[in-house]
Amino acid sequence: MNRFTARHILGMSTLSPDEITFILDTAESLKDILERPIKKVPPLRGKTVVHLFFEPSTRTRLSFELAAKRLSADTVSFSAKASSVVKGETLIDTAQNIEAMKPDVIVMRHPHSGTPHLLTKYVNSAVINAGDGTNEHPSQALLDLFTVREHLGHIDNLKVAILGDILHSRVAHSDIQAFTKMGAEVVVSGAATMLPSRQSEVLGAKVVLKMEEALEDADVIIVLRIQKERQGQSLIPSVREYAMFFGLSPDKVKLAKSGALIMHPGPINRGVEMAPEVADGPYSVILDQVTNGVAIRMALLSLLLTKG
Amino acid sequence: MNAYLFTNARIIDPSQNMDFTGDLLVKDGIIAAVGESLDLPNDAGVIDLEGKWLVPGLLDMHVHLREPGEEYKETIESGTAAAVAGGFTAVACMPNTQPVNDSAGITRFILEKARSSARARVYPIAAITLGQKGEQLTEFGDLLNAGAIAFSDDGLPVKNAAVMRQALEYAQNFDALIISHSEELDLSRGGVMNEGRVSTILGLKGIPAATEEIAVFRDVALAELTGGRLHIAHVSTRGSVEIVRQAKSRGVRVTAETAPHYFSLTEEAVFGYNTFAKMSPPLRTEEDRLAVIEGLKDGAIDAIATDHAPHSVLEKECEFQMAANGIIGLETAISLSLNLVRDGYISASQMIRCMSISPSNILGVPGGSLKDGNSADICIIDPEAVFTLTRESLYSLSYNSPFLGKDLQGKAILTLIDGRPVFDPTGILRVPEVN
Repeated sequence: MNRFTARHILGMSTLSPDEITFILDTAESLKDILERPIKKVPPLRGKTVVHLFFEPSTRTRLSFELAAKRLSADTVSFSAKASSVVKGETLIDTAQNIEAMKPDVIVMRHPHSGTPHLLTKYVNSAVINAGDGTNEHPSQALLDLFTVREHLGHIDNLKVAILGDILHSRVAHSDIQAFTKMGAEVVVSGAATMLPSRQSEVLGAKVVLKMEEALEDADVIIVLRIQKERQGQSLIPSVREYAMFFGLSPDKVKLAKSGALIMHPGPINRGVEMAPEVADGPYSVILDQVTNGVAIRMALLSLLLTKG
Repeated sequence: MNAYLFTNARIIDPSQNMDFTGDLLVKDGIIAAVGESLDLPNDAGVIDLEGKWLVPGLLDMHVHLREPGEEYKETIESGTAAAVAGGFTAVACMPNTQPVNDSAGITRFILEKARSSARARVYPIAAITLGQKGEQLTEFGDLLNAGAIAFSDDGLPVKNAAVMRQALEYAQNFDALIISHSEELDLSRGGVMNEGRVSTILGLKGIPAATEEIAVFRDVALAELTGGRLHIAHVSTRGSVEIVRQAKSRGVRVTAETAPHYFSLTEEAVFGYNTFAKMSPPLRTEEDRLAVIEGLKDGAIDAIATDHAPHSVLEKECEFQMAANGIIGLETAISLSLNLVRDGYISASQMIRCMSISPSNILGVPGGSLKDGNSADICIIDPEAVFTLTRESLYSLSYNSPFLGKDLQGKAILTLIDGRPVFDPTGILRVPEVN
């Protein structure tokens, strides 16, 4: 029985708690394939997955490609620069050309928010949003949920602290919606230039200026990467000052529940947003996140492509 | 002699404080008489308007006709066809064409094209600075002689306060009006919609209300400093309305306009990454929308202007961040403004004032009144008519409207310039019954 009806995975905002649970359960059943000596099963044989990346990405793309290959799908990748009509081919032309080659899924990353949504209007293929501008990165949020559920057994009633550039992070936007939908309490904190102005709440998360308040009794700490490339201007005076006041040090971790999970979407700026001893500490599940990312993406591809 | 008598019309003329049911006689292109019950001249045609509105031909003081340079979006001919279909007998066109209207030659070209192809009267607004670069003033005197009626760098603000001061001072030699597109560029840079709840949800970079308010305040302060005559274009925020209101109470020579979309829509219209809801300034919050309506009500805002900004699919059917700013507005202004009347926010007379005599007075151009002896520039409105806005129904070459596909109520059914029908889709004047 397939309870999954979504045609595309555009964001956590459009997935219901039931659908999310179904994705996590599916990923759980697929994960053991990754531990086998022969890491390949046939369900997506004859299916084609196009990775359409308008922004550089190593990890997410690798993870999606591996997920597709584990399920025996054919994969092709296309890297391009976002361009306006003045500069060259429009997004819609690109999309229609790729669609004409009859792929089954298009996995898209794009620097502008809402672009995968636009894509769905021009293609029949299923579309997976692999990160759009500062909007959403749903597969990252799903793998974060999966990792927390795997380690703590449940997601509801947990306190999740998200630290860093909340305003400009698509991971934060997806994580906040993902965890609040699954019944967790989310508190976010960071430099005030990285938080929405005059808002005490964002997408269902509580916004606090004092990092200690976010960390207190937290079950999960998600630290975001400082992304200089996505900001038009510098949001902090210096990396040094950021590390001193907003970086996650071993001392600050002590404010959270003992055994609180330490998470990071990667790649880590060691010594900036997170101290090396925290990243490599006993409760860091950062590499588990990477492994689980493949399982989650296998689940998404399989759910979108094996509908009745 | 060519004469016809409109009878049984609701005649609304704020320039004479008129709002009554009666008759109006047009004779040889001139308004010959207005009254409750006029005698019927022997050779006049009679048109019974059955209570429909008869108002002065409307004036839109803020449109983009795109000619010269972007004729694939709109031309002087198509833009003025849209104007008369929307009840406007005159439009003032902004100078951000290609090339920019910053010299008498371009102004003369626009007026020449208007003479040969326009359906409505066209009043060119010239640039404040050469190339709208914000550096060197244009030749105000020469431009006015060529037919320009005001100055604006619309689309862009005059970034340098000293240049804006210079413009407001120099304009006084010619009693010329400076129209401000008020935007603090450093603060708005990269923004694509209002900053707030919806921009956070959509992951789009926001443009805070302060972007506009800082610039409105600056230009009001400069008008106060210089004594120059200032008009604030497309007011969209509560703070801007308040700044203008206070400036007026201090006697600053400032007027202001807003566009129908700012009192009809909010930032919520952007959901779905709808590029037809992208404009500058951006759609704001419900609080701002209500403050703009309050400004129209108490006179802080003088005029309703559409900021008609045609764009083709090339600029609008793309990623939200890359889409051009602006929507068309000429053919929806009456119905959207009528919503305010229907909802009891403003009177019919206030609405018509904001779209006729008020912009005429601000720009210092004739029209906007049904006084005896004036050119018979007239608009007949059926306030009840319901229509669906479709690509096919539009006279504009572009269809970038957030109201596309929506049902709207109230529209122009007949538009006259100099007594001649320039928009008469149902043939009201074709065979007037001769007495």
